[in-house]
Amino acid sequence: MSFFNPKAASSKTVAKHALDPALQPWVEKYRPKTIDDVSAQDHTVAVLQKTLTSTNLPHMLFYGPPGTGKTSTILALSRQLFGSPDNFRNRVLELNASDERGIAIVRDKIKNFARQTPRAQAVASDGKTYPCPPYKIIILDEADSMTQDAQGALRRIMETYARITRFCLVCNYVTRIIEPLASRCSKFRFTPLDPSSSSLRLSHIATAENIHVDSVVIDTLINTSNGDLRRAITYLQSASRLSSSTDPPTPITSVDIQEIAGVVPASVINEFANVLGVDVGDIMDIGNPVKKSSFESIRNKVKELMREGFSATQILSQLHDLIILHPTLSGRHKSLCAHIFAEADKALCDGADEELWILDVGLRVCKAITT
Amino acid sequence: MSLWVDQFRPRTLDDLHYHQGLSARLKSLAASGDFPHMLFYGPSGAGKKTRITCTLRQLFGGGVEKLKIDQRIFLSPSKRKLEVNIVQSNFHIEITPSEAGNYDRVVIQELLKEIAQTQQVDLNAKQRFKVVIINEADSLSRDAQAALRRTMEKYMSNMRIILCANSTSRLIAPIKSRCLLMRVAAPSPGEMELVLKHVAKRATFTLPPEAAAKIIDDTGGNLRKAILVLEALKMQSPDLSGPLTIAKPDWETYCHKVADLIVGEQSPARVMEVRGKFYELLSHCIPPTIILKTVAERVVERVDESLKADIMHWAAFYEVRMRVGSKKIYHLEAWVVKVMSLYKHFFFDIDMSSFD
Repeated sequence: MSFFNPKAASSKTVAKHALDPALQPWVEKYRPKTIDDVSAQDHTVAVLQKTLTSTNLPHMLFYGPPGTGKTSTILALSRQLFGSPDNFRNRVLELNASDERGIAIVRDKIKNFARQTPRAQAVASDGKTYPCPPYKIIILDEADSMTQDAQGALRRIMETYARITRFCLVCNYVTRIIEPLASRCSKFRFTPLDPSSSSLRLSHIATAENIHVDSVVIDTLINTSNGDLRRAITYLQSASRLSSSTDPPTPITSVDIQEIAGVVPASVINEFANVLGVDVGDIMDIGNPVKKSSFESIRNKVKELMREGFSATQILSQLHDLIILHPTLSGRHKSLCAHIFAEADKALCDGADEELWILDVGLRVCKAITT
Repeated sequence: MSLWVDQFRPRTLDDLHYHQGLSARLKSLAASGDFPHMLFYGPSGAGKKTRITCTLRQLFGGGVEKLKIDQRIFLSPSKRKLEVNIVQSNFHIEITPSEAGNYDRVVIQELLKEIAQTQQVDLNAKQRFKVVIINEADSLSRDAQAALRRTMEKYMSNMRIILCANSTSRLIAPIKSRCLLMRVAAPSPGEMELVLKHVAKRATFTLPPEAAAKIIDDTGGNLRKAILVLEALKMQSPDLSGPLTIAKPDWETYCHKVADLIVGEQSPARVMEVRGKFYELLSHCIPPTIILKTVAERVVERVDESLKADIMHWAAFYEVRMRVGSKKIYHLEAWVVKVMSLYKHFFFDIDMSSFD
């Protein structure tokens, strides 16, 4: 190598396409390498462990909310099954929503890949031999965004080539997978992570990255991410970036996490609730007597909230928590409010105007709890 | 000569007048080399785009300001041609996928993959990655957002994405969880005054405080609008003294007229009249949501307190129907009829319950 001039050497390293591990997103960096590493999901892991020892694998359907480890599990499993990187490359086809997955692709690309008989490879390119099961795996990530037609086209393919090809569908909403496909797979439900295993994983990452994180901060992370581990890890990484880039480095606080997560500060929500006539307890009592809420005051408050740029869904969910968990409101009032929130959420999902709907929620909640 | 909005737009993060904490944060992120995907959100005219360009400058230096505009043609799956305008420099590329309407997914898939799979060729570039700015991210279709998901993770080494949106409500959770959220709030009146004064100083005149107060009051936190209004006023009366009248856009006065018609009389003939006016507005490409909001706001100013809540409720109700439905005028009309019946019911105590 010595006769290479330094310039050629440097361009070669660039061409390697490898990302400096320090700059990699932690979500990728700490993806579980083996299925034993997968946090929680004990049941799924136990079943998959068995398949590692036998040479058989059913078609699989993984479903569950985002950030629960579905993609990680299947990637780790296939990596373990195939051992060498060569085998992994030849025998695993991963397709996700960023690839075109219309019916044409199912008919050509997937079918062609599925029908090839896997070639036995005794010696891998690095000179070692790896055990290799006699089938290939096709991973269809985010399968719920495939069209009905494309899913329909898969039906027969899955059966015909079942001897040599196994499918793994990964999706968030199992209801969007057509019944004939779902019935061909063994289903694995991924549950949102429980706080203890999330916190274990987060502190593991924190120690590996050599950052100090308080248990309070970890609690905040878990609360804001609602069992979505990927979100929690991203937040942790963002927070550590922000804290380490200031000079001198400041410790991560839970306020940082809330700001990154886009959570509306509790004081803002309390103030809004106060304008709506909800009794928010001792926080607002000082110097701000509860006055009769009027149309004008609510509208001004909503305008102010919108100017601050808070997201309507976030305001809605926090206001919901505040009212539903309110200690003194009667059950009747709460159920009226719940109805209002549900309607507004539907409207916002349909892409309605945020200001109008937050105003509507405000006015109706105000009316519901004063009558 | 360019408009003041462009002429006096801050170019570096240090020049920005408000949200100092945010600027400091962006600056340290740009310096750290570990730059994440980002999502800027906030009301319009709060300075999202300005902040993004300043960040880019901080990342790559002056080179990002050498822009060229391209038009790319994409083929939809049904072989239809889609033309999309692209603004790019050597280091970044800016797209508005919503231009392609329903086919924004195709644009995202093809363009992003193309950028993601090529590497930065310029050896003198400060960063190894390119930045893709996606404008109006909240109007991306579900499919297009789903297409972004894996791309954002997979090609992190070659590309960073900056999304720019008015609100995060319409973005799917997986996208939000992959980005660092940056909330850009509208400036407070004090901050707006500071900026307006700064603009006045740069344009070498002094801004009387009354004029500033009036502009700030009228524009409601939209700084772009405020500076445009300031420039317009300066054209009208060079010394900015005396009573200032901020000209309202035509459509707004027209909407107010419609509101007055609704409050004035409630009859089928009046509905027909209002309908004609709505058609006029729609044919001038005023978005129906804006029409509904402006008219509703004007109507509630002129009716009794007890009616206001109901009118706003129905406005919200028909607004969402308008989005889901296909023919906007039906829902605008339905709302007018609803308001009229509420009004009659209230004033003359006519039982309109069979109308519901």
